[in-house]
Amino acid sequence: MAAPLARPAKTPAPPAVPPPAGSAGPAGPGKPGGPGTRRGQRRAVALFTVPFFALFAAVTVLPMIYAVWMSLYREESSGLGFGGTERVFAGFGNFTEALGNEAFLRSFGNIALYCALYIPAMVGGALILALLVDSTMARARRFFQIAYFLPHAVPGLIASLIWLYLYTPGLSPVTDALDALGADWNFFGEDEAILSVVNISAWQWTGYNMIIFYAGLQAVPREVLEAATVDGAGALRTAFQVKIPMIRPTVVLTLLFTCVGAIQLFDAPKLVQLRANTMGEDWSPTMFIYTAAFKGHDYGLAAASSLLLALVAGLLSFVVTKLGNRWKAS
Amino acid sequence: MSTQTAHREAPTAATRREGTERRAAPRPPARRKPTGGLTSRVAVNAVLAVVAVYTLMPLTWLLIASTKSYRDLFATNPFSVGDFHLPANLNALLAYNDGVFVRWMLNSLLYTVVASLLSTLISVACGYAFDKYAFRGREKWFGVVLVGVLIPSTVVQLPLYLMASELGLVNTYWAVLIPSLVNPFGVYLARVFSEGYVPGEVLEAARVDGAGEVQTFVKVALPMLAPGFVTIFLFSFTASWNNFYGALMMLNDDRLYPVNLGLFMWNQNVYQQPELYPLVIIGSLVAVVPLIVAFLCLQRFWRSGLTAGAVK
Repeated sequence: MAAPLARPAKTPAPPAVPPPAGSAGPAGPGKPGGPGTRRGQRRAVALFTVPFFALFAAVTVLPMIYAVWMSLYREESSGLGFGGTERVFAGFGNFTEALGNEAFLRSFGNIALYCALYIPAMVGGALILALLVDSTMARARRFFQIAYFLPHAVPGLIASLIWLYLYTPGLSPVTDALDALGADWNFFGEDEAILSVVNISAWQWTGYNMIIFYAGLQAVPREVLEAATVDGAGALRTAFQVKIPMIRPTVVLTLLFTCVGAIQLFDAPKLVQLRANTMGEDWSPTMFIYTAAFKGHDYGLAAASSLLLALVAGLLSFVVTKLGNRWKAS
Repeated sequence: MSTQTAHREAPTAATRREGTERRAAPRPPARRKPTGGLTSRVAVNAVLAVVAVYTLMPLTWLLIASTKSYRDLFATNPFSVGDFHLPANLNALLAYNDGVFVRWMLNSLLYTVVASLLSTLISVACGYAFDKYAFRGREKWFGVVLVGVLIPSTVVQLPLYLMASELGLVNTYWAVLIPSLVNPFGVYLARVFSEGYVPGEVLEAARVDGAGEVQTFVKVALPMLAPGFVTIFLFSFTASWNNFYGALMMLNDDRLYPVNLGLFMWNQNVYQQPELYPLVIIGSLVAVVPLIVAFLCLQRFWRSGLTAGAVK
């Protein structure tokens, strides 16, 4: 296990991330940095920041550079396919192939539809629950908070596994109840499968975000709420015109993290897809990449798709942050 | 801790004050009075209770299903308790395939606890340096950290796999451990916490007393940063606990699997080997229960940590 670790000496020095400036000064003679000396502080900066930046370079920057390189090549089998494969320069071929790949584009469409269903339901639900628990009428606040948060303690894959079984007729109390009601609902149906995925995400994240919104509401100064009551605002008006505007920054942050999470969606659709045959193994962008790399063995295409996904994720976070700032300013 | 007390006191104080306000108000909003009574209180609590049923039902089902034998699992009503088969299921789980499940639990412990502790220490040291030292290009480097926050880890997972396979690290503990040591959001949070919790004068005092920079950090700053440390630890812990995609790519050897990957692989095979059904179910329960207990015990920490992380 130690042997492979010794090998990175071969890899080029991290081009984008040299050690932080200031630490690179020549190691002059003299005493080791005494208390409060400039040299002591420089050494401290190096000691405290280099571990993070070295690891960041190793697990984020270098892989991205490596992915760029990989994405420019294509594996082609030589001759009749018996001579193994050789690496051929492909230019932007892999990128055009990804952008022209119907399944890849469809996977973004799936995520867009997922977001359209999931974000209003989850963020809206979390907001409503937070307002209800914050209202003077709620009882057993502590119990409800714990009950809502518990799903978040379940690892994502295991949560998906539990729901997969809850969607399975014969095993599930949910399908039994729906049958008893006379509802004809197939969790793995062509149209229903996406709702099954949305439900798994909502189950996991609504309570988590509810706790965060609730904490924001608790920080709203009570005088402001009293003033609203004196002015004759009802509970609903206070909620929509006083409370929600005051926790806007928190809501924006939640939207940002939700979008970044949505673009990476893997666990839940991967499991639902096991039973929902219409979904396909490339339903989400990360599933597409996984399938391209490990089923299709097309690393060039997979690397190009990863970079495109990173680009979309970056753009998305940028747009959400910008919108959030404008919303805050207004 | 201060958030915690605010949590507990704010609602009661507000209720009391709002009550007196309503009585003292010169023009009580008469139209609202009747609706603000018993019915809406019942309605509000009914909604909250229904949602609680939704969040708790899957875990309750898991608990009940774990007590059933394979035959009862499909034959009996999902919420009725049949023959109590829990010990037998547990034995089967622990015995299956030379006790590989125990190994998965230990692997998960290694991947989550060890990685989160190290990752938190690295992030806190880095965030502290960004806050407390002036150095050339400081804000530029911090910009790099912020870009890191915006790059989702899943997106670099495949390039990371390709690189790891080039280096021969695939199918080793390192392939899962090393990537989870990096937490840019933790650095960002640590800087914020350091600004809030560690006054510069205290550090000056320590330096005047002759403490070196490292000593000052470990003995003076780190204890003051404890709430931030816990917060960042919980974030990295949840991230590595949820890390399935990375492990799925990096590991082929089932002796190295974390528990969620192991259960996934069992679930892949339930069609051919239906006897795995009860094992997946009891395995999920065993994997989830310690975490839920831990979360319940650490309630005050995760709550103040969560909210501090979100509000700042």
